[in-house]
Amino acid sequence: MNTQKEFGEPGYLDYKGRYKGLFSWIFSTDHKRIGLLYLFSILSLFAIGATLGLLMKFELIAPGKTIMGPQAYNAFFTLHGIVMIFAVVIPGLPAVFGNFLLPIMIGAKDVAFPKLNLFSWYLYVTGVVLVIISQFAGDGPPDTGWTFYAPYSFRTTGTMLPAVFGAFVLGFSSILTGLNFLVTIHRMRAPGMTWLKMPLFPWSLYATAWVQLLATPIIGITLLMVVAERTLHIGFFDPSLGGDPLLYQHLFWTYSHPAVYIMILPAMGAISEIITTFSHKTIFGYKFMVVSVLAIAFVGYFVWGHHMFTSGMSGTALYTFSLLTFLVAIPSAIKVFNWISTMHKGSIDLQTPFYWAIAFIFVFMIGGFSGLILGSLAANVHLHNTNFVVAHFHFIVFGGTGFAFFGAMHYWFPKITGKMYDKTWANIGLILFFIGFITLYGPMFYLGFKGMPRRYFDYDEVFHAGNIISTMGSWVLYSGLAIIIINLFASLKGGAKAPSDPWGGKTLEWTIPSPPPVENFTETPVVTKGPYDYKQV
Amino acid sequence: MTAEIHRDDLASKTGMWLFLFTEMLLFGGLFVVYTVYRYRNPQAFHLAAEELSVFIGTINTIILLVSSTTIAMSITAIQKKNKKLALMLIGITILLGLAFLANKYFEWGSHIREHIYPGSPVLTLRGHGDVLFYGLYFFMTGLHALHIIIGLVFIGFIASKIMRNKIDSGNYVLLENSGLYWHLVDLIWIFLFPLFYLIT
Repeated sequence: MNTQKEFGEPGYLDYKGRYKGLFSWIFSTDHKRIGLLYLFSILSLFAIGATLGLLMKFELIAPGKTIMGPQAYNAFFTLHGIVMIFAVVIPGLPAVFGNFLLPIMIGAKDVAFPKLNLFSWYLYVTGVVLVIISQFAGDGPPDTGWTFYAPYSFRTTGTMLPAVFGAFVLGFSSILTGLNFLVTIHRMRAPGMTWLKMPLFPWSLYATAWVQLLATPIIGITLLMVVAERTLHIGFFDPSLGGDPLLYQHLFWTYSHPAVYIMILPAMGAISEIITTFSHKTIFGYKFMVVSVLAIAFVGYFVWGHHMFTSGMSGTALYTFSLLTFLVAIPSAIKVFNWISTMHKGSIDLQTPFYWAIAFIFVFMIGGFSGLILGSLAANVHLHNTNFVVAHFHFIVFGGTGFAFFGAMHYWFPKITGKMYDKTWANIGLILFFIGFITLYGPMFYLGFKGMPRRYFDYDEVFHAGNIISTMGSWVLYSGLAIIIINLFASLKGGAKAPSDPWGGKTLEWTIPSPPPVENFTETPVVTKGPYDYKQV
Repeated sequence: MTAEIHRDDLASKTGMWLFLFTEMLLFGGLFVVYTVYRYRNPQAFHLAAEELSVFIGTINTIILLVSSTTIAMSITAIQKKNKKLALMLIGITILLGLAFLANKYFEWGSHIREHIYPGSPVLTLRGHGDVLFYGLYFFMTGLHALHIIIGLVFIGFIASKIMRNKIDSGNYVLLENSGLYWHLVDLIWIFLFPLFYLIT
């Protein structure tokens, strides 16, 4: 609308293509529309997953059965895990913001394979539908946890096949997105944008894409083996046929640990963008940021064993995995130091995305340090399979990736929709979200340390107080979340028109109108400077 | 939605290579499983491997190697604007692929007639090593056969494009990509063949 008046080109939201209405979205190969398709699918699934979490927390408000029995609780945490891991946090930042912004940030018109990009979304939807089918078909929903550990995953009477196959299809979708991004970054950077002039969000997507590409096939084949195990009784992981369940765990974590980096690396990239923009200062140690993101991706392949310290491994393997786990902390710490140093002597503009970034650093550090506790062998034996682990990975996955996701949403919302949102409500939502988050997951560190196991619907009376606090936290968190989402949706209708560069960002997406025109750039940009050129300011 | 047709052959080929990496890792997971179980059941794997027909395996290896040659030759034929020859070579590739599948069919059939298939009571009685060997054999050659079928469909689709002159000497990256895929399928067999038939 407004874009058309000023630039003579319709914005991507108003473009009249071959199809109208819904079809102009689900048949669109425009990376921006596909990004929004992912956004809406992921937000819907996130709402489902969050509601499941809320209900699980409500069950834990008192010992004994409150609203659900053990079997229902098993089904709840299984679905919560599958939905949140495979359908929300893994595709979250890459598929939504990566799709929308990667081509724009490197000065391209689209990704390298637009049709393949749309196909990935179809695969994503197919995977989700399969997971949903597993809830209603057969003898009851899956109850193994999202890890599908053998031999339970092929002995349980729950409907495992659609769920396992759904996870396989979601993995395939993730592979194709990664492949698309890799080729896009290699082949389609604007003239002059050398590797070291590329912004950090594309860099983080680049590292993520390699992990998606090289780790996901392993879970693919592992899940296929579970499918074969259930249908054909091959015996890969079945001890009664000579198979080894421990091998399943190795194969599973060979993917699923790197998957954690699929979740966190793009989050780190987005946070780097936000902190630079709102500090109005060149990022501190750009090259170190690039190297550390690649280092995390690389070392992340070799630490999967730390999920299995109590499963039975040789002493040498234990020490090695523990050491490598500690090594990951180094590049992660470099990133935190550089974010803080970027703020130092910057001219900081306190806006909602910046608050999200600060909150991210806070919870990410707690999550990271608790990870080191779990990575040390002796402590792990005590803490394994307790609430401590649950608290740790929610601090990283929800606190890290989730905070970065909402930060990115508030950062790029004006660019994506062409509208500004209400800052007061956005900040209120964030504060409630943050308080709720700490209240929900904080006590779980304590509960886990005291010995409360994870994945039980019931607990001993001594854990009651901590659980009440935690459950109340879930209510605050949920209401904060509701305010954030409602505020953003309300801004779509009532928000003020966004200028092309509301925050004073320096990367390429801020040089084009909001919302961007269909072709992104009227003229292909020529890059002559580094990505965060604030020297003139 | 893009207004101009943008073509980047190098990007397509890069994409294909990356996809082949994922395929290698997909089978890589299975090679790991094979290695672990072979290490744990050396005797059973040794005896079971001797039951497979090295003759059929060798024939199939030759078939795939020749078919890889013919698809590579068809690319050269297209480059030299010889559409007829290219189509003929692709036809031979498809026939060889089908011959491979036919051999596999008879091979699997003979095992199944002897009640050797995953989950069969006869196989289960023979002990863990045999169960795992044949489980891996059926799973890995089955997955490989599935790749052959996908490859054949892909190549058939390419052939129809050549017939309609959508692929010619100026634009043959799709044919090259199908060739790359076919070589990979061939390459995986080159590993499967010794693992199951030759190492006894």
